[in-house]
Amino acid sequence: MSLIEVRQLEKVYRVGVEIIRALNGVDLTIERNDFIAIMGSSGSGKSTLMNMLGCLDRPTSGTYLLNGHDVSRMGATELARVRNEEIGFVFQSFELLPRQTALENVELPLVYAKGGWRDRRPRALAALDRVGLSDRVHHRPNQLSGGQRQRVAIARAILNRPSILLADEPTGNLDSATTVEILAIFRQLHAEGQTIIIVTHEDEVAAHCDRVVRLRDGKVMSDLPILQDSAGRHRGSAGAKGSHEPGEHKLPC
Amino acid sequence: MLNPLFWYQAIALAFSQIWANKSRAFLTALGIIVGVASTTAVIAALTGLKSKVLTQFESVGASKVFIFPNRPDDKPRNLYPWEKVRLKTSEARALRDECESIRAITPITEVGLEVESGDRKIEGLSVTGIWPDWHEIENRNVTSGRPFTAIDETNERQVCLVNDDAVKELRLPADPVGQFITLGGRRFLIVGLIETVQARFFGLNTSSAEIFIPFSVAEKFQPRDFFMRITALLKSPELAEEGTAEMRWILRKQRGIPDGETESFQVEAIDRFIQQFKTLATGITAIAGGIVGISLLVGGIGIMNIMLVSVSERTREIGLRKAVGATPNMILLQFLLEAVTLCLVGGFIGLACGRLLAFGMTQIPSAQLDEADIPLWAVVLAFAFSAGTGLIFGMFPAIKAARLDPIEALRHE
Repeated sequence: MSLIEVRQLEKVYRVGVEIIRALNGVDLTIERNDFIAIMGSSGSGKSTLMNMLGCLDRPTSGTYLLNGHDVSRMGATELARVRNEEIGFVFQSFELLPRQTALENVELPLVYAKGGWRDRRPRALAALDRVGLSDRVHHRPNQLSGGQRQRVAIARAILNRPSILLADEPTGNLDSATTVEILAIFRQLHAEGQTIIIVTHEDEVAAHCDRVVRLRDGKVMSDLPILQDSAGRHRGSAGAKGSHEPGEHKLPC
Repeated sequence: MLNPLFWYQAIALAFSQIWANKSRAFLTALGIIVGVASTTAVIAALTGLKSKVLTQFESVGASKVFIFPNRPDDKPRNLYPWEKVRLKTSEARALRDECESIRAITPITEVGLEVESGDRKIEGLSVTGIWPDWHEIENRNVTSGRPFTAIDETNERQVCLVNDDAVKELRLPADPVGQFITLGGRRFLIVGLIETVQARFFGLNTSSAEIFIPFSVAEKFQPRDFFMRITALLKSPELAEEGTAEMRWILRKQRGIPDGETESFQVEAIDRFIQQFKTLATGITAIAGGIVGISLLVGGIGIMNIMLVSVSERTREIGLRKAVGATPNMILLQFLLEAVTLCLVGGFIGLACGRLLAFGMTQIPSAQLDEADIPLWAVVLAFAFSAGTGLIFGMFPAIKAARLDPIEALRHE
């Protein structure tokens, strides 16, 4: 059973009299420990797909199986539960609560969790340690640099040990040096077994992933593996346009 | 379903929101502060006044009945000459002899006399004529000597009772029993020293110099159509209704007033005054309740407005909270808690202001409000109403926050 199985996913918006097909029959399979970039120009449907994969929105038709559960027909409350337990979000503009410390920001998902609140401190500290911010635990967002803020956001995203880490343009607000830093963290988390989906329009970012899914006009245009060396550097894309077969391109890491 | 961390952070967040927007929160809660402060102050004043007045009534005696002449308002004056209206000694005797429900009765009349003691001379001192029953009715006994007896009354003996203040004013020895003083040119023997009652009745200080003489003696000093009133003590306070009816029946018979004709006298039981006062106090409390209702409505609209502002300011935050797993109900609860916290803080400040006002009242001399205090039920009610206002007026903004689409919210600028 794959982690994510998306079949014939469609999303139709109505803006006035105009009908917009943001997703027009998307098929996508994502395995555990995949490291995927979803790319596409604006209007390609990549944001809509990300919202669907992140359980922030429901499709008009089609199915989305996450861990074997059909989340495409769930209500708002159930979806919130799924987001809390299965998905960690990383946003372009970090979305940290300004008046709370890094630690409190990282703990936020546990506020809405069913359990786990008792050991929130050690868990939040461990998550901050994983992103290398052990020395900034009690700083507020305005006392942190952009890269540090994004690392807090990543720590928050991985706190509940989610099935998917979903990053929406995670380096869009960062300079190139910091971008490399953040991508290194993603790669390290991936090495530790985390499934990561990055939505981006930068080839440079996509090059760090194992697989690139390109969207155009609400459909999957291409789905290609990228070969990486053990350091995570880009070796060049391989293989022709076609369906992705998991495991085939993976290098031990 | 909700873990303790949720409650902790929701309440901490509510307070930190207030703290971060102190002046805004204060201005918002002002309606509630003023409402709660004014209402609790009114209730405090009323409670103080009520306990004061009721104690005073009780010190006077709940089973006391007052009878006084009363010319009917709706009748021509010439039909009710004073001679017909005034109470007479014979009527007091009739009541004493015929009325079953009274235990004690006394006519009371005051006469202004020149009082002399040695070289001390006071013009126009009020001397009160009473029957021996007066001691029981007013619950005032002698601390030295003896009280009046029936013999003093029937034999018209020239004896008198004085109180401490009279002793001081007349420069009599501390125990004046056996001394003689001159009242209106006649020598009176002081037979008893009467205790002074420190009862301030509606600001009227009754503890000045007092001299009492038998009623039959006082009558001699008075003109033919002198003014007197009658005070009686019922066998029990429960007899207020029955006893006053009986007395009225006797007096009507005495005066020959036919059925349906207006009475030229009035019989009032203290008990009725108490009832009237309690009704009045309840009425004022209800009006105060109305004031709090209106001010809480106004305050509540302010709360709703500021909560709507807060929801729109924090749209992105709401989006994030939803993204990390907050359900619509959790968001709803969080914003409701914020509104309720704001209102409760307002209620608390209002209560503190009300308490301060109540304290201020107790410091006003002779305002009769020295027992003003906010009763516990008013404190509980103030908090309950504040919380209720938060719930009702916070509901709409909270629902709005709960229904926000997380995607839209995260895109909000």
